[in-house]
Amino acid sequence: MTKNETSPETMSIFSPALSARFDKLVGKYPLRRSALVPMLLYAQDEVGYISDAVVAEVAARIGITELDVRSVASYYSMLRFKPAGKFNVQVCTNIACMLRGGYEIFDTFSEKLGIGHKGVTADGVFSLEEVECIGACCWAPAIQVNYNFHDELKPENVDGILAEYRAKTPEGGR
Amino acid sequence: MNLEELNQIADAVRAENGKYDYAVNVCQGTGCLAQHADQIQAAIGASAAAAGKNVQVRRVGCLGFCAAGPLAQLEPEGHLLKGLSVARADEVVSSLGGSPPPGLQCELSELVEKQVQVVLENSGKIDPEKIDEYIERDGYQGLVKALTELRPVDVVQQITESGLRGRGGGGYPTGLKWGMVAKAAPGQKYVICNGDEGDPGAFMDRSVLESDPQRVIEGMAIAAYAVGASKGYIYVRAEYPLAVSRLTSGLREARRRGFLGNNICGTPFDFDIEIRIGAGAFVCGEETALIASIEGLRGVPRVRPPYPASAGLWGKPTLINNVETFANVPPILRKGGAWFAKVGTAKSKGTKVFALSGKIRNTALIEVPMGITLREIVEGIGGGVPEGHSFKAVQTGGPSGGCIPAELMDIEVSYESLIQAGSMMGSGGMIVMDDSSCMVNVAKFFMEFCMTESCGKCIPCRAGTVQMFELLAKICEGRATMDDLDLLIDLCSTVKEASLCGLGQTAPNPVLSTLRYFKQEYIEHIQNKRCPAGVCTIKHEEVPA
Repeated sequence: MTKNETSPETMSIFSPALSARFDKLVGKYPLRRSALVPMLLYAQDEVGYISDAVVAEVAARIGITELDVRSVASYYSMLRFKPAGKFNVQVCTNIACMLRGGYEIFDTFSEKLGIGHKGVTADGVFSLEEVECIGACCWAPAIQVNYNFHDELKPENVDGILAEYRAKTPEGGR
Repeated sequence: MNLEELNQIADAVRAENGKYDYAVNVCQGTGCLAQHADQIQAAIGASAAAAGKNVQVRRVGCLGFCAAGPLAQLEPEGHLLKGLSVARADEVVSSLGGSPPPGLQCELSELVEKQVQVVLENSGKIDPEKIDEYIERDGYQGLVKALTELRPVDVVQQITESGLRGRGGGGYPTGLKWGMVAKAAPGQKYVICNGDEGDPGAFMDRSVLESDPQRVIEGMAIAAYAVGASKGYIYVRAEYPLAVSRLTSGLREARRRGFLGNNICGTPFDFDIEIRIGAGAFVCGEETALIASIEGLRGVPRVRPPYPASAGLWGKPTLINNVETFANVPPILRKGGAWFAKVGTAKSKGTKVFALSGKIRNTALIEVPMGITLREIVEGIGGGVPEGHSFKAVQTGGPSGGCIPAELMDIEVSYESLIQAGSMMGSGGMIVMDDSSCMVNVAKFFMEFCMTESCGKCIPCRAGTVQMFELLAKICEGRATMDDLDLLIDLCSTVKEASLCGLGQTAPNPVLSTLRYFKQEYIEHIQNKRCPAGVCTIKHEEVPA
């Protein structure tokens, strides 16, 4: 997942497919830097986080400074400067979830995983985040694991959800 | 493409649907999908095949009654089934043509009676990824009519006549906005659809994009024709992966049918749309911040004027409307502005979609006529608060809005009356609170949200929200004095008057409205060190030895 070395064939840390996508993207808008936020999102999907190497290459491709890239990237809460777990558990604690026990869900995950907000488990399998409204208010309290939703949760559902994802890891498949 | 060709497509869809004796429409919105609606659909399909019944099993968008999911609607009878599971697929299939299996039928009367569906007219009725099913329900007739029968100025006139106002919360007259962009100097112009829905408790835009994406695409194309734009952007949150994927396939389908691209419907009109994904910043819902984000900058607002209508994306005239606003456009063009204006109050026309959540029996996505009372929504459609509790307040307008108390439940839903009550329409979140909710804690929650989401550009908002949050935390913990309360009220007016954008200007609203209606709860926390709802943890000051 964490790939930060330049490959000799493409002279890029990104896969040939992503490199080609970026080439198209920077030429698309009246200003090259308008491609910045989508590039960072796609880069994060491939590399896992916004590493120093990602910052350097994105800056070079657009023709702006690394500082400028960092300044924009640090503004957006979904862009990470550290690797997340293989499964990133995002617990909504916004009002509709809060009224229906969102904090209990967060605390249960925190206790079971032994990590807090923005923490990553030692084996790198899970990370935990407290997030703002994910638009699942009618099914509160809700969480999002990577791009999957789980809703109408109770603290006793937490073990099952963790087991479900753990089973998807090579170690968990035993 | 002309009206005749649209009718041919519609006839083909009807012919296909007519081949079946029954249809089972399985809801595949985010909520039902999280409870494995896709597997349920597959199980019903397999069961129908095994039973040798002639059943069309379809994927549809949100059926609205989210609390009871996973949902499905049966045709031709129209029964709505709730709480479905893979295990009960066989029962559902064998019941077709008779009465639904025990325990699965939804009681619909109150939920449906008071609703009027314009924006959600196709939601739960069509497969969101099949453009032909949208066409079968009169989709794209509005665009074809606009392009072949009306001049751009006539389109703007229809919107003005409809009385439609911005559904993102501000309520600015849509026709006026369109007219301004249309009158801007010719040249490159843009249309932006604001789908950066982030208000706590609001997910109307998500549902519209997931259930009926073509409606938004058609609305944007009509707008582009009216204002003279050739390029559009839909800005959607990355937190809405299903909406993004349905829009992506929706755009592809619209291009295939010739509603996007060059020479649309054989006219000189060219228009195409690109999706831009937000990276998690609430302020990007503010129009100038959203534009900055597309341009590749930190998504912070700037001073207006100039408004985007004259200098927007890359400095060009830009029309920016909310998802729900665009979703209202196709039927207005199809049926006329006067038709739309028949529903609603004197100044608030049409319908509004609300996401009903919190301490309420029927959490649901609903669409109601403007002018309906809050009581009809909360007690009628929502079925009131859970057993054993009493209704206390309803919060609208997200962090910019306020809490409306039980005694004002008979006010009508309109832009003006909600502002008068100290709240606002907002984008459509409606969060119900009962006697187990502490209003000071709710105010603290919203302030924390504004503090976290403040972009930091202007001092009143950046520093003011932090100070107000700390004062509210102090009150909740029973450590505050009456002087702190005065300071809080003072800060409210400073932040309101001096902030740069809507976020800061409205951040004090949840405090002001709870102070207006629930001041006694604040005083209880301060003077008697007690939280009447039993939510806050009072910290007793340690007496020095």
